Amino acid sequence: MSMPSKVVIVDYGTGNLSSVKRSIARIGSECHVSSEIADIVASDKLILAGVGHFESAMAGLRKSGLMDALEQAVLVDKKPILGICLGMELMAKTSEEGNVKGLGWLDANVVRFRIADKLRYKVPHIGWNRVKVKKNSRLMKKIPDSAEFYFLHSYYLNLADHSDLLNETNFETAFPAAVEKNNIFGVQYHPEKSHQVGLQLLKNFVEM
Amino acid sequence: MHRPRIIPVLLLKGRGLVKSVRFKNHRYIGDPLNAARLFNEFQADELIFLDIEASHNNRLISLEFVNAVAEEVTMPFSVGGGIQTIENIRSVIGCGVEKVIIGSYAAQDPSFIRKASDEFGSSTISVCIDVKKDLFRRDRVRIFNGRKAAGFEPVEFAQLMESNGAGELIIQSVDRDGMMNGYDIGLIKAVTSSVGIPVVALGGAGSENDLIKAFEQGHANGVAAGSLFVYHGEQRGVLINYPSGKLF
Repeated sequence: MSMPSKVVIVDYGTGNLSSVKRSIARIGSECHVSSEIADIVASDKLILAGVGHFESAMAGLRKSGLMDALEQAVLVDKKPILGICLGMELMAKTSEEGNVKGLGWLDANVVRFRIADKLRYKVPHIGWNRVKVKKNSRLMKKIPDSAEFYFLHSYYLNLADHSDLLNETNFETAFPAAVEKNNIFGVQYHPEKSHQVGLQLLKNFVEM
Repeated sequence: MHRPRIIPVLLLKGRGLVKSVRFKNHRYIGDPLNAARLFNEFQADELIFLDIEASHNNRLISLEFVNAVAEEVTMPFSVGGGIQTIENIRSVIGCGVEKVIIGSYAAQDPSFIRKASDEFGSSTISVCIDVKKDLFRRDRVRIFNGRKAAGFEPVEFAQLMESNGAGELIIQSVDRDGMMNGYDIGLIKAVTSSVGIPVVALGGAGSENDLIKAFEQGHANGVAAGSLFVYHGEQRGVLINYPSGKLF
């Protein structure tokens, strides 16, 4: 019997990590929320979640003292990591939200929605969107094409490398709903709030 | 491709789930956690919980309750009731809530919305605007569960909330609450055409057709209702329900 994998939700001072933890418990797996370097070193998989402002989240991440351990885990040890919403945005090179540098793990910039039809499309984008699966992925196992996921965001990833595109959806303009680059996964939507398909996605990640 | 959210609104009074008519005559409906569980089974788009006496009684919605809901559901939900400080917001979202709803206090101290959105991001801050016609049939914002005039006209107040960083507005008609005779489409449309943030329509929905109208004619981004999702039939028997299949 294989050992269950150690999943760590990175705590870098931004709130709302409890829903992700609860959802993972719901699928019968364990994870823990930690801000300790030792836990990141000992982990098999990482989740980067969080809500709020890009600039203050990056500042929190730098202040946490976890940057080196995270880069070692993700870029050198190639541990699977799942970024959720702001957590995925942080993996980009830069963001318009505060005009600061991100982690730079993805060849992408974070940009704000620029809406032409302002009566129909309101920002933040809040709601359920069908997402198109753009490539085969372990993360998408048992998830039907055009499944609906819950979104809550004002910014999105502008990808330079389209081979990283995993899911696409539309909010006046097409934008990436999920990305995958080797061991790095990111979802703009909230799987922890997306009913059964969301739980399936988290299960796919945890059991990867 | 973008469809509006269909949102049941659950009113809390003490530990019970209640439903009002024009913000009065609160009828006990049942256990709010049980309702949350049922809406979760229906895979509802989102839920709103409002503690209707919290602001008036100068206390916060029960965190124990909010935690219990978060344990129960796999869907987004937002809560309101007595939120007045940054610490209040931190403790509510710490329970696992996406958005907090600020009602009375947003009108008492509009600058609080600026502080809150700077701290937590716009998409975390939702403002509920209760609107009632005054003696001259003019739409006016009300606070403390409809008890008091806030001194604002709704469109002007909606724009103020947007400029202070609110990420969403819930526009609730006090006059239509529990009447099930349709939303105040004129009011909804006046707000949706004046702001760039999402607007949720609330108050008056009596049929699925009303939900469709709020979207097609009022351009609402969310269509919320209480009575429609807790009552069944002309006698208003209690039956938790949710549109099956896709309306939008």
